Amino acid sequence: MAKDEFQSRQFKVVGTRVPRPDGLDKVTGRARYGADMTAPGMLFGFCLRSPHAHARIRAIDTSAAEAMKGVKAVVTRADFTVTPQDQGTRDILDNVMAGAKALYDGHTVAAVAATSRSVALAALKAIKVDYEVLPHVTDVDEAMKPEAPVLHEGRQQESVPEGYSQNVLARSQYGHGDVEAGFAKADLIVERSFKTAATHQGYIEPHACLASMGNDGQGDLWCCTQGHYMVRNTCSAIMGMEAGRLKVTASEIGGGFGGKTTVFLEPVALMLSKKSGKPVKMTMAREEVLRASGPTASTSIDIKIGMTKDGKITAAQGDFRYQNGCFYAMNGALGAMCGFAPYHLENVETVGWEVVTNRPKAAAYRAPGAPMAAFAVESVIDEMAKELGLDPIELRLKNAADEGTKSAYGPTYPAIGLKATLEAAKAHPHWSAPLGPNQGRGVACGFWFNFGGDTCVSLMINPDGTVSLSEGNPDIGGSRASMSMMAAEELGIPYEQVRTVIADTATLGQNEVTDGSRVTFAVGLATIKAARHAIEIMKARAAQLWGIAPEAVEWVDGAAQPAGPNAGKFPPMTLKEIAETASNTGGPIAGHFEVNAEGAGVSFGTHIADTEVDPETGAVKVLRYTVFQDAGKAVHPDYVEGQLQGGAVQGIGWALNEEYIYGEDGTLQNAGYLDYRIPVASDLPMIDPVILEIPNPGHPYGVRGVGETGIVPPLATLANAVSRAAGVRLTSLPMSPPKVLAAIKAKG
Amino acid sequence: MSRIHVSTTINGDDVDYLCEAGDTLLDVLRDQLDLTGSKEGCASGDCGACTVRLDGRLVCACLVLGAEAEGRSVETIEGMAEGEELHPLQRNFINKAALQCGICTPGILVAAKDLLERNPDPTEEEVRYWLAGNLCRCTGYDKIIRTVLETAAEMRGAA
Repeated sequence: MAKDEFQSRQFKVVGTRVPRPDGLDKVTGRARYGADMTAPGMLFGFCLRSPHAHARIRAIDTSAAEAMKGVKAVVTRADFTVTPQDQGTRDILDNVMAGAKALYDGHTVAAVAATSRSVALAALKAIKVDYEVLPHVTDVDEAMKPEAPVLHEGRQQESVPEGYSQNVLARSQYGHGDVEAGFAKADLIVERSFKTAATHQGYIEPHACLASMGNDGQGDLWCCTQGHYMVRNTCSAIMGMEAGRLKVTASEIGGGFGGKTTVFLEPVALMLSKKSGKPVKMTMAREEVLRASGPTASTSIDIKIGMTKDGKITAAQGDFRYQNGCFYAMNGALGAMCGFAPYHLENVETVGWEVVTNRPKAAAYRAPGAPMAAFAVESVIDEMAKELGLDPIELRLKNAADEGTKSAYGPTYPAIGLKATLEAAKAHPHWSAPLGPNQGRGVACGFWFNFGGDTCVSLMINPDGTVSLSEGNPDIGGSRASMSMMAAEELGIPYEQVRTVIADTATLGQNEVTDGSRVTFAVGLATIKAARHAIEIMKARAAQLWGIAPEAVEWVDGAAQPAGPNAGKFPPMTLKEIAETASNTGGPIAGHFEVNAEGAGVSFGTHIADTEVDPETGAVKVLRYTVFQDAGKAVHPDYVEGQLQGGAVQGIGWALNEEYIYGEDGTLQNAGYLDYRIPVASDLPMIDPVILEIPNPGHPYGVRGVGETGIVPPLATLANAVSRAAGVRLTSLPMSPPKVLAAIKAKG
Repeated sequence: MSRIHVSTTINGDDVDYLCEAGDTLLDVLRDQLDLTGSKEGCASGDCGACTVRLDGRLVCACLVLGAEAEGRSVETIEGMAEGEELHPLQRNFINKAALQCGICTPGILVAAKDLLERNPDPTEEEVRYWLAGNLCRCTGYDKIIRTVLETAAEMRGAA
């Protein structure tokens, strides 16, 4: 086994619940988020947005706005003269500043920078846009029909068969075995169709940035983002700059959940700054966040499962149609890959569809594409368990994927924790607790891939023996604490001796976005290896002082010592002592590590929920909720629990209440927190997290990402609980009171 | 645009500022006084990230005009700690991991402190309803509610 792969060990720091280094700033109001940045001479920038769902832009007259006192720059698409090389970046440019057409309600068509907010907002009103309103489409099934209004010509990939609208951009297919033969062996076949509404990540911090472009072709940008390297690369491509000329610094980030893995305001702010010659700050209002950032896909899904009467799945089939907003995204493919991933299947076939509509381009939302797929698949499994009189956990255990299973999307699993979560759920008191009238219990499983990716870390041994760790991933949920812990663990020093900072793009090499639940895994791996690098240097320094070979030195409990009696007799030399003499032994000591991390280790979870349905109103109350998830190794258990709890509650909102509502005219009807209502404290019970630790073979400490899987099972868990409580199967999300009431009444 | 002169008290200190008629108290706190601990999540009174106390009463600073602070007393998150000494809620929010991204934390702390001053022994349900106007998207509220309850018990024990 290679040294960097998992090795069992006794942890001293990892697994404890230490205070986070950014805690004080965040409880005192000192922490600086995206909108808290200012610069001398700063202007205020705002966007003018399309009121139409689909419209050709015939002309834009900005002359009146430009003539207003205090207005320093007005930009439209005409100012963006560079055409980015790849289609993905061209789509981003088209999304942040409309070209020939406005493609959704809220699409930016122009922007202003002025000396005050009030002047800027007045100037937006003075811009005249001549629109030719076009027919629009916002529903996924409607958008696929040949007669649907078409957003883009000529973007359809060859994978799409004939007979579909050009809005269908791609089709992908996964699976193995022979599903028809499998269905022939089944005692029971159930086929159902499901729909889920688009939802928003709902981060409390709106998008914000501060851009400063000089006429020397260099720029600085501060913004709240999940990945400042992504911001740099995307913005420099759009601005026609070399990446090295744009320095991006990530502010503290007030939530992202995938929604801050792309850019919205940043290129516009840079262009306004370039044109005005002054720093420009832009912030989105909440209404703009909902209308024009990156909500998730809405879906329409068909599932067919065949089973023997003792509960063995003989065949599984799924058709996953995902509405991605106005540009290509691969959510349908991810749904098609994830839906059946928890099961060991002989015969499985799934198809994913990527469909564009007149809605904002979908961004990632915590395990993008997977929760809706799990909702559909796990609902059918629950219905079949009920029909066959089988325990839903036993049925899942009978079919659960394990080490060596060929997954529904192709690869064969290494050691995984699905069965452990199911066994833990079965043994938990929640599963056997009594239920009252109108109450129902649901259970469901969920899967997410997890990711590694480009990672670069530097670890500096300071002259006084403290350690500074620089990493390049915005800390979205306590990762600075986790990195300090892993560095301290490896170096054999106290946690307090290490301080981790998020470096800007000019300070470290490329780092992938904080996404794919990758940070604790990949940055943690790089941190451990950077610490090992520093240890090798420190061992060599001690060897030099002792006059022995570096190979004759070992590192134990934060100190160099001779490795065995033959190496010589020297007292151990601590990290602090080596640091203090570093100037005399060769100069500063720093470890670093760069990697495209692989071996992220897939993740599984099982959730149980109890709900009570009011038969008079259809309102659903969540009574009890328990999450079981495999963390590989929980570095900081508090923050692992926090991920499990937060993911579950986002899923509860998605299942019961949250929904993008578009009117007949294609405009968003509920662009505010009052009408797009996310769960509040009084809606919820405590969320009980149970962490399982099945080590990931691909990480030195066994760590798996935990951030995303928690949102995968709740949609199905709630649907199964509500369906059992109401005595009728709910197949459309959200399960809002009118929908639940209608289902109860239809049942009779 | 002519501006309005306002004299007010913020966290116990006398403060003067000029604001436009349409500026909210939140705009003034953040853009003029550099008190950026109060956050703007919605500007419509729905998220509670800008929660402050005005004459001892919880308000959303985004729903109060800057001009309305004339002659009144404003308490923000920046005034919650006594010098180096954190309020027990602040200390426990760190130690019990009651925050993730932290953007809602200032508003929740101001609201929770107000609750415990009015009701030193709230039930879980009372805490949940008191904080129902403060949105948090990261935590699912579990650790926040627990921490407020545990801090209340700790403060009762110390009293």
